[in-house]
Amino acid sequence: MHTPSTEAELAEIIRDADAPLAIRGGGTRGVDVVGAPLSTSGLSGITLYEPGAMTVVAQAGTPVADIEAALAAENQRLAFEPMDHRTLLGSKGEPTIGGVMAANVSGPRRISVGAARDFLLGVRYVDGIGSVVKNGGRVMKNVTGYDLVKLMSGAHGTLGVLSEVSFKVLPCPETQATLVLHGLDDAAAVAALAKALGSPFEVSAAAHDPAQGQTLLRVEGFEDSVRYRIDALQKLLGGESTVEQDSAARWAAWRDVDGFADADEDIWRVSCKPSDAPALAAKSGATAARYDWAGGLIWLRAPAGHAVRAALGDYDGHATLIRGQGQPRFEPEAPGVARITAGLRTRFDPRCILNKGLMG
Amino acid sequence: MEMPVPNPTVLARKARVVERLIAVLPADAVIHDERETRAYECDALTAYRCAPMVAVLPSSTEEVSAVLRICHEEGVPVVPRGSGTSLAGGALPTADCVILGVARMNDVIETDYENRIIRVQTGRTNLSVTGAVEEDGFFYAPDPSSQLACAIAGNIAMNSGGAHCLKYGVTTNNLMGVKMVMMDGEIVDIGGAYLDAGGLDLLGVICGSEGQLGVVTEATLRILHKPEGARPVLMGFDDNEVAGACVSDIIKAGVLPVAIEFMDRPCIEATEAFAHAGYPMCEALLIVEVEGSDAEIDHQLGLIMDIARRHNPVELRQSKSAEESAAIWLGRKSAFGAMGQINDYMCLDGTIPVSSLPHVLRRIGEMSKEYGLKVGNVFHAGDGNMHPLILFDANKPGDLELCEAFGADILKLCVEVGGCLTGEHGVGIEKRDLMHVQYAPADLEAQMAVKDVFDPQWLLNPAKVFPLDASDGRRQMPVAAE
Repeated sequence: MHTPSTEAELAEIIRDADAPLAIRGGGTRGVDVVGAPLSTSGLSGITLYEPGAMTVVAQAGTPVADIEAALAAENQRLAFEPMDHRTLLGSKGEPTIGGVMAANVSGPRRISVGAARDFLLGVRYVDGIGSVVKNGGRVMKNVTGYDLVKLMSGAHGTLGVLSEVSFKVLPCPETQATLVLHGLDDAAAVAALAKALGSPFEVSAAAHDPAQGQTLLRVEGFEDSVRYRIDALQKLLGGESTVEQDSAARWAAWRDVDGFADADEDIWRVSCKPSDAPALAAKSGATAARYDWAGGLIWLRAPAGHAVRAALGDYDGHATLIRGQGQPRFEPEAPGVARITAGLRTRFDPRCILNKGLMG
Repeated sequence: MEMPVPNPTVLARKARVVERLIAVLPADAVIHDERETRAYECDALTAYRCAPMVAVLPSSTEEVSAVLRICHEEGVPVVPRGSGTSLAGGALPTADCVILGVARMNDVIETDYENRIIRVQTGRTNLSVTGAVEEDGFFYAPDPSSQLACAIAGNIAMNSGGAHCLKYGVTTNNLMGVKMVMMDGEIVDIGGAYLDAGGLDLLGVICGSEGQLGVVTEATLRILHKPEGARPVLMGFDDNEVAGACVSDIIKAGVLPVAIEFMDRPCIEATEAFAHAGYPMCEALLIVEVEGSDAEIDHQLGLIMDIARRHNPVELRQSKSAEESAAIWLGRKSAFGAMGQINDYMCLDGTIPVSSLPHVLRRIGEMSKEYGLKVGNVFHAGDGNMHPLILFDANKPGDLELCEAFGADILKLCVEVGGCLTGEHGVGIEKRDLMHVQYAPADLEAQMAVKDVFDPQWLLNPAKVFPLDASDGRRQMPVAAE
């Protein structure tokens, strides 16, 4: 395994490579590609943290845990709530910030504050021919040239290997609470979540767990404000409900999709229009479903090899195979878009050695 | 400002190009008379003007596709135009180009409150997107100062921001999908009414690409329910650095305002003379706005004022009503107009790390003396997006050039302290040749490679964003012979 400890070494390895490289941070997210493993874990460390500017610059292989610890000391956090895949996938290793950004990994709070890509401010990366490139910076507003920062976030290493990332962080709220609605079926739950999100009462997460018959709305902020908004939501939505004051552990488990960890089935992640979610889940052929992002994200557990994409048919969205074999990880693209993707891959990695075959 | 020499082969084809365009568009949508094309000679960067060869005003995605296909076949450069409010020259024509204006495409296609999205044609103005949903309590968050006039097409091209992006983000954070026409006329759909498009984040690179990758004709935008209320507090300080430290402390304290606006003394004085907002005469003034219910607002403003008091403010004025809020915002909103009353001005747009605010303000003051040109600073302090306004006299020979040199020095300073050339206005032609300051050749090469993929002939808005010397070889591809 290649584990460069400097950006220059990383560039040299890629420049000298004569066969595909399998890019990984901590290797915890179940991406399985051919090639010699190349880990960024040797590129580690926070290079700059300015709490007053809410910005961090870190080497790509810096463990997420290190970053979270540094932020916690200043009462700040990664607001997009990145999922830890180790529970769901039974993977070992240490998740890295570069891996989070390359895979655009976000959790339940994505619906209120944005995804990892929305917090990523700047990147340094090495492209497929070994050139070091920088884009963006460490300021929150930047429209200087093309936004390759977004392009790199979600490219899963196929356009270049991240060596350094800079990103925005947010202050931790004073407190949080969760309103739990009981006994709603999927359609009623998604409708209730939509109603809550269409209110002024600022919900930071909106989920539905059919297995528990629970529909969850998280509210964060100052204590009086949280109480006020929870009351307002309770009145707005009616029905049977309870309030959980300390719900951090519940949301950490939910974020990591722990409920799907045990069964030996395929795991799918479907991004869709929220109101379509219940019908999509029903016809997917899945054995279980969980809804996050007010329905905009469906986690499905389906029998191994079941053709979930075919079962879902045509809809506004896409499905990703998170755990399972024999089907493409990412949704095949429409021809026009696929041509653009292929063109970018060819320009950024002409030899096609970075995570070959992963994305188109 | 140097622009490429018009391509004589293209100019010679004008009659044929016009004839072909008239065949696919209504007659009144093709403007080719030299007296009429003058209407498109510039955008809001009025120092530079050049009438286009032709201007077209298509009414549908299909018409845009037909226009682009013709221009592609004829080798004619195309400059897309929203409402022409760019401060960076993003819509400045060249003499051999077709201006493609989307102003006639301004329909709301779909409003969906359940999924909190609106789908619009991109000629629709920013404010009228909110206008379409505000009766039902919703709004579209990005709010550039030109929002009354500017089009969503231009917002997407420039990744526009606004005063409230500290909380709500800029265009890219609120854009969910686009229908886009490629230079060869192909229509593609990217993203939609769902979060995080599959595959590469093409939406992310299209947003902010200054009309160089394709012409976006439809956009799916995130809408939000309006907050119950919003009110600001105004604070005055007798020192810029103290005001900067106060901003940093507010952010660290965990209160997240929707806006933190900053004005310095020259700007306060001009604004007072013009708008009579009743601002205190001091070195620095902050307007900090928070949202929520009345009680939530009072609580947050209380915390913010506690922080401010630790910095010995000379004035602390909490709004208690809509009228008081309007009075506090009055001066800020008239700041650009007030500066314009004094003189011609150039508005810069660099962003800096918030921590560098005091240093940068001090250096700008020093440079102002060296250049002999006055500067007022009014900007979004929460995110470090500065707007120094350099005053000059357009009628005085050499003053514009002096002003441009001063502006370039300020932007270089922004980059030097870890910031960037432009936070929300875009590069256009204005900052094109400064890109070398921020980016190494390999960095620019990577960006230009993206354009190569979307627009291999470099026909879409070709003379923008990249320094002319860097893009020269790509723009000079020969137009196919007869």
